[in-house]
Amino acid sequence: MPPRLLLTGLAKSVPGGRTLFQGLDLTVGPGELVAIMGESGVGKSTLLNIIAGLDKPDTGTVAVEGAALSEMDEAAATNLRRDRIGFVFQAFHILPYLTLRQNVALPLALGRTAARAATARADAMLELVGLPTRGADYARDLSGGELQRVAIARALVHDPALILADEPTGNLDPETADRILALFADAVRSRGAAAVIVTHSLVAAAVADRTLRLTATGLVPHDG
Amino acid sequence: MILGEWRAHPARVITAALAIAVGVALGFAVHLINGSALDAFGQAVRAVNGAADLQVRAATPAGMDEALYPEVALHPGVADASPVVQLKATAAGADLTLLGLDILRAGQVTPALVGQPMGGPGSAFDLGALFLSRAALDAVHQRVGATVAVTAAGRTFPLRIAGVLPGVEAGRRIGVIDIAAAQWRFGRIGRIDRIDLKLAEGADAAAVRRTLATALPPAATLADADSDAQQGAALSRAYRVNLDMLALVALLTGGFLVYSAQSLSVTRRLRSFALLRTLGLPRAGIVVQVAIEGLVVGLVGTALGLAIGYALASVALTRFGGDLGAGYFGGVAPALAFAPGAALLFAGLGLAAALAGSIIPARAAARAAPAVALRNAGDVVDPRTPVAWRVPLALVGAGVVAALLPAIGGLPLFGYAAMALVLAGGVAAMPWAARLLLAPFDAHATGRPAFDLAIRHLRGAPGQAAVALGGIVASTALMIAMAVMVTSFRGAVDDWLGDILSADLYLRVDGSTGGFDPAAQTRLSAVPGVARIAFTRQVPLTLDPGQPATILIARPIDATLPLIGPTSAVPAGTVPVWLSEPASRLMHKSRGDTLALPIGRNTRFAVAGIWRDYARQQGAIAIDTATYSRLTGDTPRDEGAVTLKPGADPARVRRALMTAAPPALSGQVEVASPATLRAFALTLFDRSFAITYVLEAVAVLVGLAGVATTVSAQTIARIREFGMLRHIGAGRRQIVTMLGAEGALLGGVGGVAGIALGLGLSQILIHVVNPQSFNWTMTTRVPVPLIAGVAASLIVAAAATAMLAGRRAVAVDAVRAVREDW
Repeated sequence: MPPRLLLTGLAKSVPGGRTLFQGLDLTVGPGELVAIMGESGVGKSTLLNIIAGLDKPDTGTVAVEGAALSEMDEAAATNLRRDRIGFVFQAFHILPYLTLRQNVALPLALGRTAARAATARADAMLELVGLPTRGADYARDLSGGELQRVAIARALVHDPALILADEPTGNLDPETADRILALFADAVRSRGAAAVIVTHSLVAAAVADRTLRLTATGLVPHDG
Repeated sequence: MILGEWRAHPARVITAALAIAVGVALGFAVHLINGSALDAFGQAVRAVNGAADLQVRAATPAGMDEALYPEVALHPGVADASPVVQLKATAAGADLTLLGLDILRAGQVTPALVGQPMGGPGSAFDLGALFLSRAALDAVHQRVGATVAVTAAGRTFPLRIAGVLPGVEAGRRIGVIDIAAAQWRFGRIGRIDRIDLKLAEGADAAAVRRTLATALPPAATLADADSDAQQGAALSRAYRVNLDMLALVALLTGGFLVYSAQSLSVTRRLRSFALLRTLGLPRAGIVVQVAIEGLVVGLVGTALGLAIGYALASVALTRFGGDLGAGYFGGVAPALAFAPGAALLFAGLGLAAALAGSIIPARAAARAAPAVALRNAGDVVDPRTPVAWRVPLALVGAGVVAALLPAIGGLPLFGYAAMALVLAGGVAAMPWAARLLLAPFDAHATGRPAFDLAIRHLRGAPGQAAVALGGIVASTALMIAMAVMVTSFRGAVDDWLGDILSADLYLRVDGSTGGFDPAAQTRLSAVPGVARIAFTRQVPLTLDPGQPATILIARPIDATLPLIGPTSAVPAGTVPVWLSEPASRLMHKSRGDTLALPIGRNTRFAVAGIWRDYARQQGAIAIDTATYSRLTGDTPRDEGAVTLKPGADPARVRRALMTAAPPALSGQVEVASPATLRAFALTLFDRSFAITYVLEAVAVLVGLAGVATTVSAQTIARIREFGMLRHIGAGRRQIVTMLGAEGALLGGVGGVAGIALGLGLSQILIHVVNPQSFNWTMTTRVPVPLIAGVAASLIVAAAATAMLAGRRAVAVDAVRAVREDW
């Protein structure tokens, strides 16, 4: 069985020639959470971008469940993201004009899952993140922590193989952040998915199975 | 801060300024054109009248008995009086006004009309002497001393050009001969057309006017120098006001465009404003900042608009004339005159539109709670937020009430107010309309994510739809309203032409030639192939010197008179007449009412019926031809409706009629088929409405530009949303499709709302503005193909704009997009 995520020999430089990183390798297995830390500007977001197939590496390959994402055309990469990858953003990005249920069901709707099945699945996910009665509410009614729960439900609703989270607790207070991280980790592990979290937060890193630091020469174990 | 905002979005600021410029330019141009045409018309009639203090005028072309002259000359307060015969004449192919004057009297009363003889003073009294104004001399291509054949009232005589009229303004074609020569040679013995008066020094003009008016017989009316200009102004006033209103529509649309641009700008800057407020800036400070932005946009747009308007007026006057093709000021060549007052007025309106468009969104921004705005960064959309319906309903209700109120001074001011109120209510109801129209779609998800998302976004954020659509709904509604009114009007005119043009051929000669006398009528009726000819006479009656002459039509009263309702019996001892619909409304007379007319001695007239007439806005009165002859002794006729015998060849009969016409009328008789007359009438109709089409099209184009910039800006503002969607598996094409669907729905909602509103406004135009302006009514006809075309254009334009903007938006790096603040 291939790993959920396999990065091999990735290198990326920015316009102007500065190398962000090179020789980057990473393998993430089912149920594993990997936290990636690093200073601002080191290329964490760019790495996440490459893993998601939204940017191309200069060299190296990205494979999700054995499928070489870095070699796919845009349509195939879009389909892979839709079916096998989930995202959690720092700013939640819950669409204000949709109900929470509709927000959670978005990946399923994009994948043309039947409306009734998508709704049932979204309700189940809202229950999982502790918001069983809020499906008909809108983003405006929720606190930051609740919005991030909805975002986690949306990231998991289509049973992705890989979840990418960019500073998922960056907009939350520490207490809420703790609860959200625990929820996130449980949900990922219980489904056998893999997760890559890009963060500055040691608290966030603490829930990970491995914490790595991004450097110009690749990922190294975080020594903090 | 203001400069930073403009540097970031220059296209939006430029579009808003241009929209104001277009509105100001159209309004100012129409105003300048109208003003210049009226000035020129006024100058023209003053030249003919020779600046008399007061005039007694004949109420009909038959003139007045010259015995009235000594009575008027001796009236208290009158210092001197000059009798005048006034004729329409042609000389060497050029039209001119021929005046017969008593030179001695005219020298005292209207010296500007006295000729300067080139052959010694005695030549002024020569019965064969003709004095021409400089323009008339140029038009006949002759020099002083030459002899020229002059035709008037159907008679032609050679006259020697004895000198010029130095006192007549440049450009006016006037000829002056001795009054006795005019009466003798042109069949006016014992008749005069007017008496020019000079009042005694120190005389109370109002008192003289009052006493003289009561002393005059029905065949005479009292007028002053401005009466003719007032007539021209009165006749064209409603048309001019209509054009002004259309120009204001373009300006209003420009105001909406500023509103759209500023709303977007303000929404994007909500967090900045919230921060400023947190730092201590009062609410008014935010309003002032946005208002200053609007003011600068308005100043730039207004300055540009005035310059464009002046240039536009100059070009339009040269190419289309002072009435822009409507035919109100025939023969007048106006010169463009800059109007500082109008410039200030339209500059003020342009600034007001720009300011209002800025202050409304600024006040909304200033009211937002800073803490919420700071945290939400614009994510304040909530589909459960109730949409306002009370204010729109109140506005529409007030509009309906205003529509029921009467005209003021002959102008449908409440009608226009009703249209403005209904329009404002309709635009304010846009969020409600968007929710209502999209509800059926939202209730049933289609399973196509792009479409479902599009529906939900529009339903969830109807305010954004309203911002995008405000301008286009307003301009579309007014365009549809005008189109329905014009279609209804044209259809009514077409039907009416079908009713009145039921003969096989029409015969006509200019009334100033004297017309067809009874012998000629008999000869024409006997032409082979002619079954019968119904002859008619049209005579202008001056019932009020300040109003255009009402036309008296002597004709057979038969089935070809398009009656509205039945003919009623008239009171015993009265003569029946039939009023045209405009005459009935202008004179406030209906069936059974009695009225006085300046024909017949001590004859009383009564209204026997009302008939439809779209040709004479000033009103017309039909009277039986035999009755007219009996009352007036006037037996010649100007027109004839010819019915052919079965199998007769119209072309051959036409030639025979031309041959049978009196030799004196040679070259002045026209014979036309009903199809030709109908086509000619409809061409005239279309030409008079051409300018309204242009103004409407400009308003709609400004509105579409508003949709384009607003949709584009709203799309760009949603870049984070598209970034998120691309992360979770939406393809670029899916997002562009979603935006296309949104644009199409937006255009559809705007189209439906604009059309519904337009149909409502058209009823105000047809049943309130039109009858109050022009005094005629019509039934509604809906131009379905045009409306479908407008709706389709809107949908396509909005969808294409949204998709183009969407392509730009999804081209942005998706990861960068989700990190950007709105």
